[in-house]
Amino acid sequence: MSASSENSPRSLSGDDADGSFIRRIAEGVAARSPRAIGRAITIVEEGGPQADQLLTILDEAAPASDALTLGITGTGGAGKSTLAGRLVSCFRSAGHRVGLIAVDPSSPISGGAVLGDRIRMMRHACDPDVVIRSMASRGRLGGLSAATASAARIMKAAGCHPVLIETVGVGQAEFDIVRLADLTMLVMAPGLGDDIQAMKAGLLELTDMLVVNKGDLAGADILMREMEPIAHDRGKPLLKVSAKDGSGVDDLVREVFSLFRGMAESGRLEARRQRSSDAEALDWALEMAREELSQLLENQPDELKNCSPKKRAEAALFLLKTLKATM
Amino acid sequence: MQPVRKGRILIGKPGLDGHDRGAKVVARALSDAGFEVIYTGIRRTPEEIAAAAVQEDVDAVGISLLSGAHNVLFPAVLKALAAVGLGSVPVLGGGVIPDEDIPGLKALGIREIFTPGTPLSAVTEAFERAVTEYRQSEGR
Repeated sequence: MSASSENSPRSLSGDDADGSFIRRIAEGVAARSPRAIGRAITIVEEGGPQADQLLTILDEAAPASDALTLGITGTGGAGKSTLAGRLVSCFRSAGHRVGLIAVDPSSPISGGAVLGDRIRMMRHACDPDVVIRSMASRGRLGGLSAATASAARIMKAAGCHPVLIETVGVGQAEFDIVRLADLTMLVMAPGLGDDIQAMKAGLLELTDMLVVNKGDLAGADILMREMEPIAHDRGKPLLKVSAKDGSGVDDLVREVFSLFRGMAESGRLEARRQRSSDAEALDWALEMAREELSQLLENQPDELKNCSPKKRAEAALFLLKTLKATM
Repeated sequence: MQPVRKGRILIGKPGLDGHDRGAKVVARALSDAGFEVIYTGIRRTPEEIAAAAVQEDVDAVGISLLSGAHNVLFPAVLKALAAVGLGSVPVLGGGVIPDEDIPGLKALGIREIFTPGTPLSAVTEAFERAVTEYRQSEGR
């Protein structure tokens, strides 16, 4: 893509029907055009045939990627965004081109969202090798948005390694990130009751490394002492950092890459990516089945008319059988 | 059910003043109106705002300024946006802006100027119109 066509406002608009628009976008992504990357992520966010077409082209162009996908999760206020900003700086000084996806919640009422993670990233705003995208969760409950995996794929296709994914501030049942990312760190901070939350949440079991942030605060050492036996029992690295003053972040980056290398060498990385892609396929299938089933229900088959609430299980079975018969 | 997607808006604050209450109120109102609003925080250069607008692929840009430098910085934002290929994205401005400066800013391409006392509904409606027109013209 030439610079002039990239800068012409209409060249990246989606008004053609022959698919050349999507091919131009895919080429632009590979050529690392910021405009094309931005458009591409919007396209996968909106879903539909154009999204499928784009992802297919990108998969064909670069089927396997060695790029690390790094998940950053933890309760709200633990300092995920600030830490992500620090990590970006570290990866940049090591010469990496970095992608960062920051997910914030959508309002279930208006569908709108205020996405404020860039506030902590602006020092990277004009660096062409830092690709940042804010995403709203859009009704999805797992701490990510449905298109996060696709957005990460686009960033990898645009040469980003690693791609950082910062989740919505998680509560207790939001494990999507663990599946999507190659490696996930759980960020905790003193004063948030995180030790107890983490024990409840199951994120302790599922994440790959435990990070105590706000290491400059007085309570950090207490939290470290509480987390030490837990980390030890589960064989997980535990690190203390301060995203505010940057201390410990270099060690964290070294640990991330050493874990990642270990996974790649032992074959665990491949197994994990396979599981993740299986789970993604299952997700798609469930989503499709949900649509089909809703349509079946809407058409109100006679068998379901006046079905008493007690017979819900029967009705569900009937729906499944009908779906199977139509396949 | 997923609400219909209305669009993405970047709210930026160029210049040196640190008063972003207005920008935050507008960001919240636009979110309540169903937009996804990316807020950049205070003291951003026009180039930073333009780079963020490209990465976030927004349908409109809102800029707020209370320092009096609007005649310099608003045109600088337009120029920075054009330089990254976003010359056609609608830009709306707000802040403490004297009436006599408004025609000049509009002539340069700032679509609307909101001064203190403008009802929030007027602001969100203006963004709605701007985003709809932009998305239509871009074939989105």
